[in-house]
Amino acid sequence: MSGSSKISNKPIIWGLFAGGGTLTAFLTPALVLITLLVAIGVAPNGLSYSEIHGFASHWLGKLILFGVLSLSLWHAAHRFRIAINDFGIRADIPVAVVLYLLAGIGTIMSVVYLWGM
Amino acid sequence: MSERKINLEVLRYDPDKDSEPRFQTYKAVPCQDDWVVLDALNYVKDNTDTTLSYRWSCHMAVCGSCGMMIDGEPTLSCKAFLKDYGDTIRVEPLYHFPIERDLVTVIDDFVEKLTKVKPFLIPKQPKSIEEGEYLQTPKQLKKFKQYTLCINCMLCYSACPQYGLIPDFLGPAALSLAHRYNIDSRDGGCQERMKVTATNIGVWECSFVGACSEVCPGHVDPASSLQQMKIASTVDWYKKRLMPWSKS
Amino acid sequence: MRNPYTREIPKYTWYLRQGRYVRYMAREVTSLFIGLHAFLLICGLGALSQGEVAYNEFLAVLESPFYVVFLIVALLFVIYHSIAWFNVTPQAMPVQVGEDFLPGGIIIGAHYGIWAVATIVVLFLAGVF
Ligand code: FES
Repeated sequence: MSGSSKISNKPIIWGLFAGGGTLTAFLTPALVLITLLVAIGVAPNGLSYSEIHGFASHWLGKLILFGVLSLSLWHAAHRFRIAINDFGIRADIPVAVVLYLLAGIGTIMSVVYLWGM
Repeated sequence: MSERKINLEVLRYDPDKDSEPRFQTYKAVPCQDDWVVLDALNYVKDNTDTTLSYRWSCHMAVCGSCGMMIDGEPTLSCKAFLKDYGDTIRVEPLYHFPIERDLVTVIDDFVEKLTKVKPFLIPKQPKSIEEGEYLQTPKQLKKFKQYTLCINCMLCYSACPQYGLIPDFLGPAALSLAHRYNIDSRDGGCQERMKVTATNIGVWECSFVGACSEVCPGHVDPASSLQQMKIASTVDWYKKRLMPWSKS
Repeated sequence: MRNPYTREIPKYTWYLRQGRYVRYMAREVTSLFIGLHAFLLICGLGALSQGEVAYNEFLAVLESPFYVVFLIVALLFVIYHSIAWFNVTPQAMPVQVGEDFLPGGIIIGAHYGIWAVATIVVLFLAGVF
């Protein structure tokens, strides 16, 4: 560990990790179940283009989608950073940079997509 | 009272002769059925092998000196009743600590870490004796009481994989003790302690495995205090940067 | 003479020693599935923003054995995440009412309740029932 007496940089993301962890615990199982329904060919009718487009066009829908997607990503990135360390790949800073970059890209992508609707 | 024969597989290490530890089995140790593992070890030491070394003192889960790995689990040997174990019991010194001799470990690292977190009351406003005592309500006491119950047995360090992997990590007991003072209504030393507890070797090496709380014989629940410290440390991090004018 | 012996911790396999460590690692790996699924949804969002044809194509692509297997595994992991997360909430955020702390079971139970309601609401909004 580099600079053991330095104040840790983990709090920067930890708030997002904790918030995202709570949000995903409540919502993600239901979301994955819905995706699974699509995959086995019984997509619920709430997923039709017009319904979903309507939802994503409304400002409240945008806000909900942005919140859920970005927090899921930041939660996942932070926890996976620690998991990689636990699996014995002790390169914390490069790993953190890559994972947070991915979460950042995903966050920007969702903003851009939602903006365009 | 009936008797039961137990095989004790004990990890032995003689620093003068051995280059590494080895298991030695004490076969058919005659044990009473209300005995604990510590009683069986005492029987061996008194009757079979006087060279066997281990620490103990109170025999009642108070002093915290008899911690060992019993069948791979960090346990107080004076609290490990034989009736809960099979006929062959494997006893090793606590994991994550260097072995001094047999079941005796080197605990200097832990003792040093305890002192690092300033585990004593740092009053908000120091009072002279004439000004009277520091008052506290039962509610304020209850807030931190569980964290005062630590007996420094080090089982949590032995259970914590992060301590094993990152020896610099301050670890569950020392950080819990810091938390115990941080949330004491009479204390004002939180910022002072954060200089150590919020570093890379402080609470942020904890990934909430939770093993410390599972093995804790005193129900201190060290894992809980570390999570609460992370929340406090995160709030503090942002406060200091977004509102530099506020004093903590 | 002192000559302390230090036992090495196997850096890559330490978690295989105890069941609780394996469960911990499984909990940490749930993040992989949460992250991948979020990216999948973002891809869907991208398709949605491109219009109806692209969106329907996206739904069609999902209908493959690969995604079925992936999503079943992901579902198991994300449910494990929820359970593991709720079960430790009393430790991270204890609630003191008057003098005493609220029993952990009540805090955990409340989270499970909200989880059930949230799941039903999401499934209802998606038109599952
Ligand atoms: S001998 Fe004192 S705690 Fe076991």
